[in-house]
Amino acid sequence: MNHREEMYIGKTADISYQGCDGDRITTSSRRSFLGLLLGAGAAGLGALLSVPLFRFLLHPLLTATSSSSWKEVGSVEDLASVTSPVKKLVKIEQRDGWRKIVSEKALYVCKDATGRLCAFSSVCPHLGCSIAWHDEKSNFLCPCHNGQFTADGKLLGGPPPRGMDQLEIKIEDGQLMVHYQNFRQLVRDKEVIV
Amino acid sequence: MAENSYVFGRERRLAPPPSEQGTLHRWIDRRKQLDSFLRAVLDEAIPGGASLAYVFGSGLLYLLLSQVITGMFLVLYYVPSADHAHTTVAYITKEVTSGSFIRSIHAYGSSAIVIVLLLHVTQTFLFGSYKGRRKLLWLAGCALFALMLGMSFTGYLLPWDQKAYFATTVGTNILTYIPFVGNSLKSLLRGGTEMGTLTLSRFFVLHVLLIPAFIFAFVAMHVFMFRKAGPAGPVQGEPEALKQSTEPFYPKQVLYDFVFAVLIIAGLGLLAHYAPVELGPKANPADTQYVPRPEWYYIPVFQWLKYWESGLAVLGILVIPAFVALLFVALPFLDRRPERRPWKRPVSVSIYGFVFIALGALGAISHRHDLRDSSIAPQLRKQRADVETFMKKPFEPELAGPSLIAATVALTNPVAGKGKKVYDQQGCAECHGEDLTGTSAAPTLIGVGDKRDSAKLESILKQPTDAMTDGGMTPVELNEEDLKNLIAFLKALK
Repeated sequence: MNHREEMYIGKTADISYQGCDGDRITTSSRRSFLGLLLGAGAAGLGALLSVPLFRFLLHPLLTATSSSSWKEVGSVEDLASVTSPVKKLVKIEQRDGWRKIVSEKALYVCKDATGRLCAFSSVCPHLGCSIAWHDEKSNFLCPCHNGQFTADGKLLGGPPPRGMDQLEIKIEDGQLMVHYQNFRQLVRDKEVIV
Repeated sequence: MAENSYVFGRERRLAPPPSEQGTLHRWIDRRKQLDSFLRAVLDEAIPGGASLAYVFGSGLLYLLLSQVITGMFLVLYYVPSADHAHTTVAYITKEVTSGSFIRSIHAYGSSAIVIVLLLHVTQTFLFGSYKGRRKLLWLAGCALFALMLGMSFTGYLLPWDQKAYFATTVGTNILTYIPFVGNSLKSLLRGGTEMGTLTLSRFFVLHVLLIPAFIFAFVAMHVFMFRKAGPAGPVQGEPEALKQSTEPFYPKQVLYDFVFAVLIIAGLGLLAHYAPVELGPKANPADTQYVPRPEWYYIPVFQWLKYWESGLAVLGILVIPAFVALLFVALPFLDRRPERRPWKRPVSVSIYGFVFIALGALGAISHRHDLRDSSIAPQLRKQRADVETFMKKPFEPELAGPSLIAATVALTNPVAGKGKKVYDQQGCAECHGEDLTGTSAAPTLIGVGDKRDSAKLESILKQPTDAMTDGGMTPVELNEEDLKNLIAFLKALK
């Protein structure tokens, strides 16, 4: 028994009603049982109280931020003459927490092997940098980690796990419409982020 | 002897190998220090034993912790600017999961602090626990009282609704009664002569940084000095008998304190769940009808101010309250007799009782006055109805760059672009605004396309409703083509 323990027991004996050793042991075990009960009660209460706090904290993760909708890109007539990918901007309405914002997103309108129009997101499937079209090299190049893609979005080389993400398109009243979406990075298969 | 070797093997496993002994030893040593710390905290001797009368101090500590935690979470979504404060509080209240609950716990928590603080002060006063070596303890407590009132005053403005804006306008104007420096003090607090976004920034900094820093410092001082002086114990009893009935803080007092904290949690939780704190419409400085009322605990002081007219105002609004506050702070220096029994201290107990009865009476008079005054009562009813109407409306997100929306629509949709031209030519912008966000004459048109279909838009453009006509809207007379374009433009304004 070290000095500190002696002091403690001495103090307990001094301020408790018991006098003999046997009683003190009973008090001590009753105290530790109550301590366990109080500790468990406090921990349980703390856990209960943290439920609303966690729900509050996680709110933005559990709500959708953008409503997906079709956006006009330009008239099919104008785009028919496209020979190499052209960059187009679409405006997407988004919920940004307590704000409603209109953010501009870039995409590329290209022609596939059969000559039909197609559209690609400019977001690199590697780590999300903006991919740029290089006319002189006739390919897409991601400036961050050197991901390279062909004119119709196929992966040529570099770290990206897949080719550029193709966006759904349709033609309405002579207008090319694009369904702009975001996709998960660093996965082999294209996966929409809602 | 396979069994034996198994037993030996188990025994060997139980003893830690020499290489691990150091770590284990250190671990036990750390635990020992924790134990000795816990003993120092829990074994504090309470003369006369544990009592329900001693739960208020720890209740206040619990409430402070609750305010700090809920406050930190609220700042996750709150923006302290006149442009966004109201929207963000509406977002917390109406949209964020558990937002209304957490905001209510924080707002009701401030009232709970006032109530428990008054109980704590009254207990200290009646038990005469401020006497002798507890003078500094009392002074630190007085500082905490003042800091807490500062917290509730600064926190009240942050939602930036009508109530917050007008109550704080009045509250800060009171400073002008202070001779010579009053106006400068008011401007300093407001960040200008008028209430505005800088006022909100200043109040926010006071509420979440400056005053809390002082509160932590004074709470540390208060608790340290309390432990140094020790609990005062009951007001009477033979020293020998008190020593006999002395109990350690743990377990009985800890249990009492725990039960009190559970009662506070249950009370706040039930209130926050069944009667959540509301938010009124956004502050409108141009509203001349609004009748501001402060939080309930400031009502007696608010009523008191009504009785003092120009010449004597300084006396009633500054001198008398300052005198009462000084009397309160200086109590341990004025009442220096060792006597602690309240019935043997009739003068000080009577004064204390009188001040509280007077405050209660002032509050009651104010309440009665508000109910009976024919110019006030209907307006207060209207204000309550406005708050309810606002609370029923779904949350409307703030439009970031609304002009961008109108321009974007015109750019991306050629038909809507033609409609925008019609809008400009017809002078619609005079009332609905260049960027269609509305003016004081007419509401915003952003979002109108979400609420009504094309046929409905056409019919109300040709034949506005009575409410619209009253507001100055005239029927739109256009050819078929222009009307179609204008409707396309309005439909696109989502």
